[in-house]
Amino acid sequence: MVLTKSAVEFTAEGFMTDPKAWTPEIAEEIAANEGIQLTDRHWVVINFARAEYEATGEAPTLRRITKASGVETKEMYSLFPTGPAKLAAKLAGLAKPTGCI
Amino acid sequence: MKTLLILGGGTAGTMVANKLAKKLDADHWRITVVDKDETHYYQPGFIYVPFGVYQPEDTMRPKRRVINKRVDIIFSGIEVIEPEAGRVRLENGQNMAYDILVIATGCEIRPDQIQGLTNAGWKENIFDFYTLEGSAALNTFMEKFEGGRVVLNVAEMPIKCPVAPLEFVFLADWYFTRRGLRDKVDITYATPLPGAFTKPVASQTLGHMLKDKGIDLAPDFVVSEVDGNKQVMKSWDGREIPYDLLVTIPTNMGVRAIERSGMGDDLNFIPTDPKTLQSKTYENIWVLGDATNLPTSKAGSVAHFEHEVVVENILRQVKGLSPKPAFDGHANCFIETGFNKGLMIDFNYEVEPLEGTYPIPLVGPFSLLKETQINHLGKLSFRWIYWNILMPGHHLPVTNEMSMVGKRKFVPSLAQN
Repeated sequence: MVLTKSAVEFTAEGFMTDPKAWTPEIAEEIAANEGIQLTDRHWVVINFARAEYEATGEAPTLRRITKASGVETKEMYSLFPTGPAKLAAKLAGLAKPTGCI
Repeated sequence: MKTLLILGGGTAGTMVANKLAKKLDADHWRITVVDKDETHYYQPGFIYVPFGVYQPEDTMRPKRRVINKRVDIIFSGIEVIEPEAGRVRLENGQNMAYDILVIATGCEIRPDQIQGLTNAGWKENIFDFYTLEGSAALNTFMEKFEGGRVVLNVAEMPIKCPVAPLEFVFLADWYFTRRGLRDKVDITYATPLPGAFTKPVASQTLGHMLKDKGIDLAPDFVVSEVDGNKQVMKSWDGREIPYDLLVTIPTNMGVRAIERSGMGDDLNFIPTDPKTLQSKTYENIWVLGDATNLPTSKAGSVAHFEHEVVVENILRQVKGLSPKPAFDGHANCFIETGFNKGLMIDFNYEVEPLEGTYPIPLVGPFSLLKETQINHLGKLSFRWIYWNILMPGHHLPVTNEMSMVGKRKFVPSLAQN
């Protein structure tokens, strides 16, 4: 993935390689690439994911997000239809969540 | 007299207890195991029970016979761990003070985490095989089954033994073929993963095997609800899979005592140092087996490789030395593929399963990522090895750290991965 406005590097799967380089503008650009119009509810999730990353160093799993962010699983799927935890991590500039071993 | 307390007398707890019984100074250390269940289950055997290959009693032994006589065993559930006080309160009312604590409480299936799963049809045409009760009931159902849609669902990762769902569908293919019913049975494997397995190269190989055996794969399927009256399983993204037999691997979680103690993550798994296996919060607590939050498989082989590290680090701690960061996430698994064949995989934190041989590089006798009869025989003879070599803590001629010798690092046909 190549963003037009921001110079950011991504993994082959489309996750940012350096979470510290993330800005809200980058999230808007990634969302546009994914065909998503970001709403306040998206931002609740993205901000939650960023806060979790600051606290734990990792992207939150779907279970973590739905337990602690106030956004339930059903809504997560309508906000991020192609895989909520992964897409939220992508938009928040984080690595792929490690929940799946 | 000091106390080393081990919570859980399953695969991991037993190996630690038996090894320390030989190595920890008996004049100064008392070793006690706490477990709620008097029976030690050979869990790798559960996969064979639904197909009538093993009977339930083939997987059971009394814990007292498996654990070294020097070790005290208390049969009780755990009420709460109080790490600040260095104490564990048991359900039988006892308070156990410890100097060093080993947590090996494992994980358990939680059918209550999936909406509708335990309503209509539960234990009638919906079964688990992660409990002996479930796999035995499934065997009774399978023997009467004359055809229809068999669906295997993994609810959520991580699960204990991530190859078990694949083994189930491979063995089901073999079982129904042997009974002459294969053309009357549709088999579907519905998984939240994007493919057949968690690691790309193995996922590709195993994906091809599913296809060859006529087993449908439903990837990225995250179950939202089971409607037992309509016999339909639904996903969060709106897909529906009808079934006549639903075999479920429900959410796996650490035990409730970990939650009550406030020591776990959202799935009650305990934050553990990935290399030393020390608790991330308490210096005198060591965690191994399925109870950890580590990004490796929850499997007996992992518990085996971990117990060597935990035992060494406890002995170092007793001597006042700092722990060794020796664990590399090493896991290996036999995968039964039916028709008397099997596959084996070997991997760690960094390196995914590759082709090669095990345990001796270039020699074997086991072939990695290839279907052979020797691998199948390896899995069957493993039960003897488990009871007679692994549990008593005898030396097994395999290395703890994973070897890269003779492994094919690059598989050309998978280059696009």
